[in-house]
Amino acid sequence: MAFAAFSTTAAPSSSDSIKKKSPVALLLLLPGILYLVLFFLAPLVSLLLTSFKVPAEFGDIGEFSYAFRWENYTDVISAYWPHILRSFGYAITATFFALIISYPLAYFIGVKARRWPLLQSLALVMVVAPFFISFLLRTLAWKQIFSDESFLVTSLKAMSLLAPDAHVTGTAFSVIFGLTYNFIPFMTLPLYTTLERLDVRYLEAGSDLYASPFHVFRKVTIPLSMPGIVAGTLLTFIPAAGDYINASREFLGGTGTQMMGNVIEANFLVLQNFPAGAALSIILMSAILVMVSFYVKKSGTEDLL
Amino acid sequence: MKHSISKWVLPAYSALALLILMIPIGYTFVYSFNDSLKSNITWRGFTLDKWLNVCNVQNGAVCEAFGNSIFIGVVATVLATTLGTMIAIAMVRYRFKFRSQLSLFLFLPMATPEVVLGAGLAAQFLSIGVPKDMLTIILAHTMFCISFVVVAVKARVASLDPALEEAGRDLYGSALQVFLRITFPLLLPGILAAALLSFALSFDDFIITNFNSGAVSTFPKYIWVSAARGIPAEANVLASAVFILALIVVVTVQVSGAARAKRLEKLHHAGVN
Repeated sequence: MAFAAFSTTAAPSSSDSIKKKSPVALLLLLPGILYLVLFFLAPLVSLLLTSFKVPAEFGDIGEFSYAFRWENYTDVISAYWPHILRSFGYAITATFFALIISYPLAYFIGVKARRWPLLQSLALVMVVAPFFISFLLRTLAWKQIFSDESFLVTSLKAMSLLAPDAHVTGTAFSVIFGLTYNFIPFMTLPLYTTLERLDVRYLEAGSDLYASPFHVFRKVTIPLSMPGIVAGTLLTFIPAAGDYINASREFLGGTGTQMMGNVIEANFLVLQNFPAGAALSIILMSAILVMVSFYVKKSGTEDLL
Repeated sequence: MKHSISKWVLPAYSALALLILMIPIGYTFVYSFNDSLKSNITWRGFTLDKWLNVCNVQNGAVCEAFGNSIFIGVVATVLATTLGTMIAIAMVRYRFKFRSQLSLFLFLPMATPEVVLGAGLAAQFLSIGVPKDMLTIILAHTMFCISFVVVAVKARVASLDPALEEAGRDLYGSALQVFLRITFPLLLPGILAAALLSFALSFDDFIITNFNSGAVSTFPKYIWVSAARGIPAEANVLASAVFILALIVVVTVQVSGAARAKRLEKLHHAGVN
């Protein structure tokens, strides 16, 4: 099933004894690796090169020549530091909420619903269902639900739960809400895959030894589901930090909620200031790489895929 | 063993969480229904004629974007599934140097934010002077789908019992025969799942596409562009159609998977008895 794609703990690999050395391996690997070198690695290199470029002499807007202007980085940091902080702040908050919301859900589907396979399948289909409707449309749906004239907002205001002049869309709340909503499936699926394999006999052993349910959860369930927690956190945090759909003004954001993705997009596609966009991308990428390397150190490379 | 009230907390919470997950989907359905009422007066928003009329509205802009997305999705899926499956087989079945480095390398595209992938490709196409069009979108989509295909197929290859292939070889099957008659059919569900995943990723991708599409419109890009002046109901109708189709595919896969497991179990029992 496609759900396997989100699992980090690989299925038990076949024993090494049947693995053989053969030139066939090279033939199988080469086309795909070559493709990724050309269209993944090379673009990262050209992003790095672009990030140091300077405006071309006598050139039009959007024309740059190769140079080594490292000040491009200090420039974008001083111009866009609020966006950088906001990106990580929003992404961390959304990841936290996604984890808090997803864990009980994944536990229910993976452990409690084991006796009812049909219920389990139905719940899983519901978790992935948002993937089947356009990302942009489901984000817009929330925008309509949270708009000033909407039933929800007008009734909240009627009940005085919301100030009469308050807005929901265009605020940090709605952006974080959108990020949390959109990436919850990425958190729930890896949690589900580890919890589904959880051997409940460990939990029984814990309570047989007079541990409280809370203690069993903290000392047994959480450590055993760590691979899912780590994978879900990465799978949620990475796309959330780089997202610019939720924070966009046409969607759930406002002028005060723009994230790094929004300024990278603006610099590339509107302002044609490619070096600034590239420098910001490199900063984002470096931060993510630091996180991933922590992860690699923790769980080893074989489990990555 | 459990207290009677706390027994219901988790199921109730889960039902509520799943219900909230469904809200935007329901909203998109209802919204498309309501809007077509406004422009068509009738309540038959989902009939076939209405769908055919969708393409006549706005000079077919919605349908053109939709068609582009399907075309791009199919081509990128075929390319990515082929390349990714080859890598997955090699990784599980063969020994070679640098495999942990390769694992890391294949993981990186999934760990890179889409905005960086998109900006990187845009910078590369710009510096080598490739104009952005349909081809650049396909090249980009194939790239980010490969790693997901590797993950999905690799799990399937790893769960494949090597004894089955050994049996084939013991019965004097050639390497090609063993692959075509045993390995490939057993891998097929994994490959199909990978292809579906890859199509879904490509079809709904906006961020990378936006950086590399030039003037070409895709379905998500169409929604992005028209978000400022209001999304036409036709977009909701098309999105709802895709949703229903995807749901049918997923349910079919689940049901046939369950039936297959039952059949295998029966075979197994027959073999044991």
